Amino acid sequence: MGILYNIFIDPFVQMGQAPDLFVQTLWEGLVGGMLYALIALGFVLIFKASGVFNFAQGIMVVFAALTLVGLHTAGVPAFLALGLTIAVMFALAWTIERVVLRPLVNQPDIILFMATFGITYFLIGFGEFVFGGDPKVMITEALYLPKGSITYKAFGGIVSLQRLDIVAVIVASIMVAVLAVFFSKTRIGRALRAVADSHSAALSVGISLEQIWVIVWFAAGLVALVTGIFWGARSDVSFALEVIALKALPVLILGGFTSIPGAIVGGLIIGIGEKLGEFYWGPLVGSGTDAWFAYVIALVFLLFRPQGLFGEKIIERV
Amino acid sequence: MRAPGGPEVAAGDVLLSVENVSLSFGGVKAVSDVSFDIRKGEIRAIIGPNGAGKTSMLNIINGFYHPQQGRITFQGKTRSKMRPHDAAHGGIARTFQNVALFRGMTALDNIMAGRTLKMNKNLFWQLLRYGPAMAEEVEHRHRVEEIIDFLKIQEIRRTPVGRLPYGLQKRVELGRALAMEPELLLLDEPMAGMNMEEKEDMSRFVLDVNDHYGTTIALIEHDMGVVMDLSDRVVVLDHGIKIADGTPDEVKKNKGVIDAYLGVAH
Repeated sequence: MGILYNIFIDPFVQMGQAPDLFVQTLWEGLVGGMLYALIALGFVLIFKASGVFNFAQGIMVVFAALTLVGLHTAGVPAFLALGLTIAVMFALAWTIERVVLRPLVNQPDIILFMATFGITYFLIGFGEFVFGGDPKVMITEALYLPKGSITYKAFGGIVSLQRLDIVAVIVASIMVAVLAVFFSKTRIGRALRAVADSHSAALSVGISLEQIWVIVWFAAGLVALVTGIFWGARSDVSFALEVIALKALPVLILGGFTSIPGAIVGGLIIGIGEKLGEFYWGPLVGSGTDAWFAYVIALVFLLFRPQGLFGEKIIERV
Repeated sequence: MRAPGGPEVAAGDVLLSVENVSLSFGGVKAVSDVSFDIRKGEIRAIIGPNGAGKTSMLNIINGFYHPQQGRITFQGKTRSKMRPHDAAHGGIARTFQNVALFRGMTALDNIMAGRTLKMNKNLFWQLLRYGPAMAEEVEHRHRVEEIIDFLKIQEIRRTPVGRLPYGLQKRVELGRALAMEPELLLLDEPMAGMNMEEKEDMSRFVLDVNDHYGTTIALIEHDMGVVMDLSDRVVVLDHGIKIADGTPDEVKKNKGVIDAYLGVAH
C-alpha cells in the first residue's frame, strides 16, 4: 500500500502543498518542451515533403550553432555571423538536394533514410575538422540575449523565470506560427503537400521537386539554427547536443509525423511530462528519469492512438 | 487560351511532332523509331495492345522519360530532353493511368494545385493573405469553380479525394489538368475501369473540353468503340513500332491493325 500511496497520491499532495514549486516545474517543462517542439518541427517539415525521417536533424542543430560561434570567434560581428550562418544553412540545403537527394529520386524510403545517416557523419567530421571538437560557449551577449532572471512572489512562494527562457519561448512561438502559416496558406505550402502525396502528379502540374526540397531543407536548417542558439545557451555548444534529436522521436510519435501542430503539442506534453516526472516521481526510483520518461509517455500514447495525436488518419481503399 | 513561352499555332497546324523516337530500358525496346504528329484542336488517339508502348510514348511527350534517339517539336521548339515541370510550363498537362491525385487534399485543393504555375504574386503577401495575393487567390478560385461546375463535381469539392469513388477521382484528375489551361492535354486511359455510364460521361467531358476550350487532346484508350467515336485521328502502336496512322475508318480496315488485335493465324 505504501508504494501505491507514493505513486498515486503523494506527488499530488506535494503539488498542492507547494504550488510555487509546481508552477516553477511546469515553466521549466514548458521551456524544454518548446525546444523539443522546434526540433520535432524540423523533422516534420522534411518528412512531409519527402517521406524521409531525417536522422541528420540533430547534427544540423549542432552544426548551425557551431558555425555561428565559430564565425564570431574568428572575428565576424555577431549579427553578420548570424546572417552568414543562415547563408551556410541555405548552401547546405542546396548541396544536400544536389548531391544526395536528386540522385536518389524514386529510391525506397529506407535508402533515403540511410543517406541521412551519411549526412550526419559527414557533418560531424566536417564540423570537427573546421571548428574543432571542444565544447564552445554560445555568444548570447553579442546577440543581445538577456541574462539573469525575474523573480515573482506568487503562489505562496517564489517563482523565478530565466529571461533567456522567456525569449526562447517567444521566438520559438513566432517561428512556429510563421512556418505553420507558410506551409498551410501559401502556394509553396500547397505544393509541399502535393509533393508529399504524389511525386509524379506534382511534377505533372509543374511543381519542381528540386525547389521544394531545397525550401524544406532550408526551413529545417533555420529551425535547427534557432534551436541551436537557445539550446546552446542553456548548456554548451558541443557534439553531445546531437542526442537531443533522439528526444524528438517520442515527440513525433505523440504528435504524428506529418502534423505541425502535433509537433508543438507533442513537444509541450513531453517537455512538461518529463519535468513533472523527474521532480515528483523521480525520487521514487532514485532519479535519472529524464533519460527514459519521454519514451514511456510516447509508448502509452501509442497504445491508444497509433497515428499520433494529430497524425493523418490512414485511409486505404481496397 | 494563351501559349506560355511559345509562338501561337493556328488550328489545324502541327502542334507537336514526334520524329524517329526510340526509347529502351536496358535491353527492352519500349518504343522504336516512332514518328507522328498532333495537330492543333484535334483529338488524337494512341491505341495498341498491352505493352505496345503507349504510356511510354505519353511519358516521353510529357518529359517523364527521355528518349535515347529522336526529336520532339512542340509549338515550333525542338528538343530531345525536357523535365516534367518544364513540360508543364510549356503548356502540357496530363492525367495518369492509375490516377495520381493528392489523396490527402480536398477535390478543390487538388484542382487549385493545377494552378500552381499561374500564381506568382509575392510570397510575403500570400503569407499575410492580404493585398494582391488575396485578389489573385480569389481570381484563381473563380476559375477553379468554373471547372468544378463544368465537370459537375460541386457536391464533392470539400471531400478528401482519397475517399471518393474511382470514377469521381478520374474526374477530379481531369479537373486538375484543365486548371492548368493546357495547350495539349494528355489523357492516359481516361475510361479505364469505368462502367458504361461513367464512360459515356467521361466521353462527353472529353468532347466538351475539346469543343469548349479548344484544347488539343491526345488520349490512350482500350475501348475501341470509345476511340472510334471520339478521335479525329488514330495512331496504332504494337511492340513499340507504329503500325498504322489515320482516321478511325482507315485504321479499322488496316490489315496490320486487325492482326495485332486479333492475332494472326500461323
